Amino acid sequence: PLPSPHTSAPRQDIRNTVGNIPMEWYQDFPHIGYNLEGKRIYKPIRNKDELDMFLEKMENPDYWRTVQDKMTGADIKLTDEQVELVHRLQKGQFGDVHFNPYEPSVDFFTHEVMIHPVTNRPADKRSFIPSLIEKEKVSKLVHAIKMGWIKPRKPKDDTPTYYDLWAHEDPNSILGRHKMHVPAPKMKLPGHEESYNPPPEYLLSEEEKLAWEQQEPAERKLNFVPQQYQCLRAVPAYSRFIHERFERCLDLYLCPRQRKMRVNVDPEDLIPKLPKPRDLQPFPTTQALVYRGHTSLVRCLSISPSGQWLVSGSDDCTVRFWEVSTARCMKTLPVGGVVKSVAWNPNPTICLVAICVEQSVLLVNPCLGDKLLYGATDQLLESYVAPEEERVQPVQWVAATMEEHSKGVRLVVQHSKALKQVTWHGKGDYFASVVSDNSNMQVLIHQTSKRWSQNPFRKSKGLVQCVLFHPIRPYFFVATQRYVRVYNLLKQELTKKLMTNCKWVSSMAIHPGGDNVICGSYDSKLAWFDLDLSTRPYQLLRHHKKALRSVAFHKHYPLFASGSDDGTVIVCHGMVYNDLLQNPLLVPVKVLKGHVPTLDLGVLDVLFHPTQPWVFSSGADGTVRLYT
Amino acid sequence: CLRSRRLCILKGIYPHEPKHKKKVNKGSTTARTFYLLKDIKFLLHEPIVNKFREYKAIILPETPGVFVRKLRKAYGKSEWSTVDRLKDNKPTYKLDHIVKERYPTFIDALRDLDDALSMCFLFSTFPRTGKCHVQTIQLCRRLAVEFLNYVIASRSLRKVFLSIKGIYYQAEVLGQPVTWITPYAFAHDHPTDVDYRVMATFTEFYTTLLGFVNFRLYHSLNLLYPPKIDGQADVELKPAEGKEYAMDSESYLEKLSALSASLARVVAPTHEDEVEMDEFPVEGETAEQMDTRKKEQEALEKHKKLFEGLRFFLNREVPREPLAFVIRCFGGQVSWDKSLCIGATYDVSDPSITHQIVDRPRVEKQVVGRYYLQPQWVFDSVNAKLCLPVADYFPGVLLPPHLSPFVTEQEGDYVPPEKLKLLALQRGENPDEESEEEDEEEEEEEDDNDKEEEEEEEESEKEEEMKLKKMEEQKTQSNKALPVKVTAGKLRLEDKQRLEQEQQSEEKRLAIMMMKKREKYLYKKIMFGKKRKVREANKLAAKRKAHDTAVKEEKKKSKKARRA
Repeated sequence: PLPSPHTSAPRQDIRNTVGNIPMEWYQDFPHIGYNLEGKRIYKPIRNKDELDMFLEKMENPDYWRTVQDKMTGADIKLTDEQVELVHRLQKGQFGDVHFNPYEPSVDFFTHEVMIHPVTNRPADKRSFIPSLIEKEKVSKLVHAIKMGWIKPRKPKDDTPTYYDLWAHEDPNSILGRHKMHVPAPKMKLPGHEESYNPPPEYLLSEEEKLAWEQQEPAERKLNFVPQQYQCLRAVPAYSRFIHERFERCLDLYLCPRQRKMRVNVDPEDLIPKLPKPRDLQPFPTTQALVYRGHTSLVRCLSISPSGQWLVSGSDDCTVRFWEVSTARCMKTLPVGGVVKSVAWNPNPTICLVAICVEQSVLLVNPCLGDKLLYGATDQLLESYVAPEEERVQPVQWVAATMEEHSKGVRLVVQHSKALKQVTWHGKGDYFASVVSDNSNMQVLIHQTSKRWSQNPFRKSKGLVQCVLFHPIRPYFFVATQRYVRVYNLLKQELTKKLMTNCKWVSSMAIHPGGDNVICGSYDSKLAWFDLDLSTRPYQLLRHHKKALRSVAFHKHYPLFASGSDDGTVIVCHGMVYNDLLQNPLLVPVKVLKGHVPTLDLGVLDVLFHPTQPWVFSSGADGTVRLYT
Repeated sequence: CLRSRRLCILKGIYPHEPKHKKKVNKGSTTARTFYLLKDIKFLLHEPIVNKFREYKAIILPETPGVFVRKLRKAYGKSEWSTVDRLKDNKPTYKLDHIVKERYPTFIDALRDLDDALSMCFLFSTFPRTGKCHVQTIQLCRRLAVEFLNYVIASRSLRKVFLSIKGIYYQAEVLGQPVTWITPYAFAHDHPTDVDYRVMATFTEFYTTLLGFVNFRLYHSLNLLYPPKIDGQADVELKPAEGKEYAMDSESYLEKLSALSASLARVVAPTHEDEVEMDEFPVEGETAEQMDTRKKEQEALEKHKKLFEGLRFFLNREVPREPLAFVIRCFGGQVSWDKSLCIGATYDVSDPSITHQIVDRPRVEKQVVGRYYLQPQWVFDSVNAKLCLPVADYFPGVLLPPHLSPFVTEQEGDYVPPEKLKLLALQRGENPDEESEEEDEEEEEEEDDNDKEEEEEEEESEKEEEMKLKKMEEQKTQSNKALPVKVTAGKLRLEDKQRLEQEQQSEEKRLAIMMMKKREKYLYKKIMFGKKRKVREANKLAAKRKAHDTAVKEEKKKSKKARRA
């Protein structure tokens, strides 16, 4: 309701004629509209700032009843009647004070029954005649009932909702399904850390909290952060409660269930029962001597058949001869190249060492020990008479020069390619050399007494890693990358091919009995073959952590050793029984540590003493060590 | 198979992990769920499938069921009487036979009760608007309250745990442990990424199951089902009491959920019921085992009567329902302010009240003759199976940690010191006094130590001076004498035991080297697990130690400050 004209101030004639429009359209103009004469109505000057407003609010007693007329922009002070009206409207009462909303109601018709009808219209005819339409409808219903289309309402099921369902527990009702049924595992019961007031050690530290937040929700060990509240009233609602119930529901009907056999074994039972190493003595246990002198890695070792002298070849282009019992260097032989392999002649009546240097094999008489013995060796070599007709040889046999002779070198067998390995036959007359080459000329067999060489293979079967003579029978073992081939030298045929199951064979050794072979490989495996049993390894031992460089058998004791890049030598007891039905017994007995791994290389060669249960090892740190 | 999700839930069909996943999946390795063909055929034989078809198509959602089709048509034609008739004849289905089929014996049903209870308790806290049908919520509330009343009547509650997620309860119902969790009484913040239809389907089944279980449980105790409050006649005589609280129609459930009144029995309880059971020795049981069993029985009986004779009063700020439930489960009497909830039996001013549960920092106007305790005391006492000393639980006191009763520490596990203390209490020792004495002694000792240290420092200075002097003397001497000296050789003592140990460990290491690959893997795995366990226990112990020393130092500092 508009304010009544007589209550307004006399300057009521200011009327804005713009109509019902948003007044902000006039925001940027100095006027606010037009009066009845069409003149502009200017906005009242307002230069009050916040402070003025505040002061007015504080000082003007009528401030609360002052409103701004949006149409004219003028301030209007409400009269008492107007204020009263506003109050009434705010309370939801009628604007007019005098209006009574609860007037007594007056009925149009009395509630009393009157004797005369209100209208005097006579009754219709149709009110006396039965309705045809209704009859039709009824007959339709009757027909439907007769035809069974409409059924009487079903009686309400009055069985109770809950009753004793398991009153008659029938064992026959347990179906096969129930036997197969995997019941859902129960929810995990909460631990101390879930308490609202846990012991302080279960609360997460700052770092742990950070780690928890960074983890994937699925990876978290706890799906909540433990928290401590001083009292029960401080505990808030858990925001993920519904989530967790929902996840449980999903687990119940979407998770595949499976019976999992939990291995419940005592880990001690898993450890195989082996004979105690103490009962398998003797074997080397402690480091006894260190042979120092080489300045670079010591690649190869060999020992005289008497066990008195040791020879070692190194990358510093020298070969050193040591006395075993004192670790004294008896002799240093400088050879002009890296020594790849040395081999002492196994014949006790000959004092001769074969040394692989670059492209030649040097046969050296070290002149150590019994003077008669090495004198006899020299004589034996000199007694060679050149054959009448020169035969074509793959290598050249050259007698040593005087200078070399004084050092001990007796013969030089010059090959065409760099050499890798040299090994003697058990009798001490033949020796085999391996050339690092990919042709059929990789393996050569030489005879010292006749000074002539031959190439046993017509075809190359791959990169040969090492070769060995059988200690008793005329067999020849050739190890390529993945296989070991056994040739019969007499029949000149392949007798066996051993699958090593390794990636790259590094070394090989034959049991003195001749029926067992071990192969070390660069993929840190040691394969034990029983030649009578199968061409596959009887056992694969993964004792070392790094590549195996060398393996060795003892001549008399049931021992074998392996040296590896991890700087350890592992000595194992390897008993071979004469009874063919009994499998060999392999037991590791000692891990010998001593070499310092340098340049990622540890032990390069291992070697047993011919008579004592001692083992030598040469390492990349330039030392040779003896363990007794 | 998504379409018959509802059926799978109701029938309890779950996927299987095939033995050869790749073979079954036709060579592909993508993750898929596999159901047994047998299970699916089993589903199709279910008579309820037809009911679903009548109501709404489940198997083929694009063809609506008969009922829905008719209803839609009637609505379209504005035939309201038809709509009413159809709604009146709405096809209904019952899940009774499915419950029976899934749980052929009652014990089976009890074993699977955990989820049912947790779900019902959750649904009963939902608001009555939206999310799911009001009837479901009311039914859940009713069933949950009935179950609580049964637990009270049978006194089968064993453990309670206040966790940050909610309150865990464990009851032993007919020898089966039943664990459920209830949320704290706050409004839920309803998440949007949860499918309430799935939860509602589960609840539909669970309510049916719980109803039947409740019926059977009530009957096993000779209680009326649906439950009636004992001495209802008395209450009916003065109905005015409840009127201002709830309408007549609601007051029954409210009174029941107040958990303050005992329930009516089918047969009036007589004392003859408590005839001592004859004991039959189980075959192959020694006297010792018999003894332990007997002792356990006695302890159990004692535990059941933990709060017998105590009268509790709950202040209005403590959670009423869990506390009333727990106290009543152990034979205590409980009441609360009349304006808080229906069913209050006595007033604050009752002089016979022994314990008042309070959760505010300070209590004005304390009444003599009763303990004012924080609610944790009730829960801790229940878990400890004895009334704990009250001193730690006074209002405003820093509470001792609340430990989980579900943890049984194995050998090698970390045991918090509070647990050790509790175990000692249960054995009948009193570790508190000793430890306090020790503490005091320690403190004294520490004070002494401080003094000693100071003295020591002085002494050491003196010693150093002496040494210097000696050195100088020696120097002067050595100048005179030859510099060569023979020192006495030390006798190297070889520790035989250590040697033996070393040898054994080496033997073990060698034997491990000889293990087969698979066994070695297993062995390593087991050992890794063991080591991790030890590591975790050590970590906890270290954390605790650090915390304790920090607290001690704080104490000391404050003490010193007070002294100064």
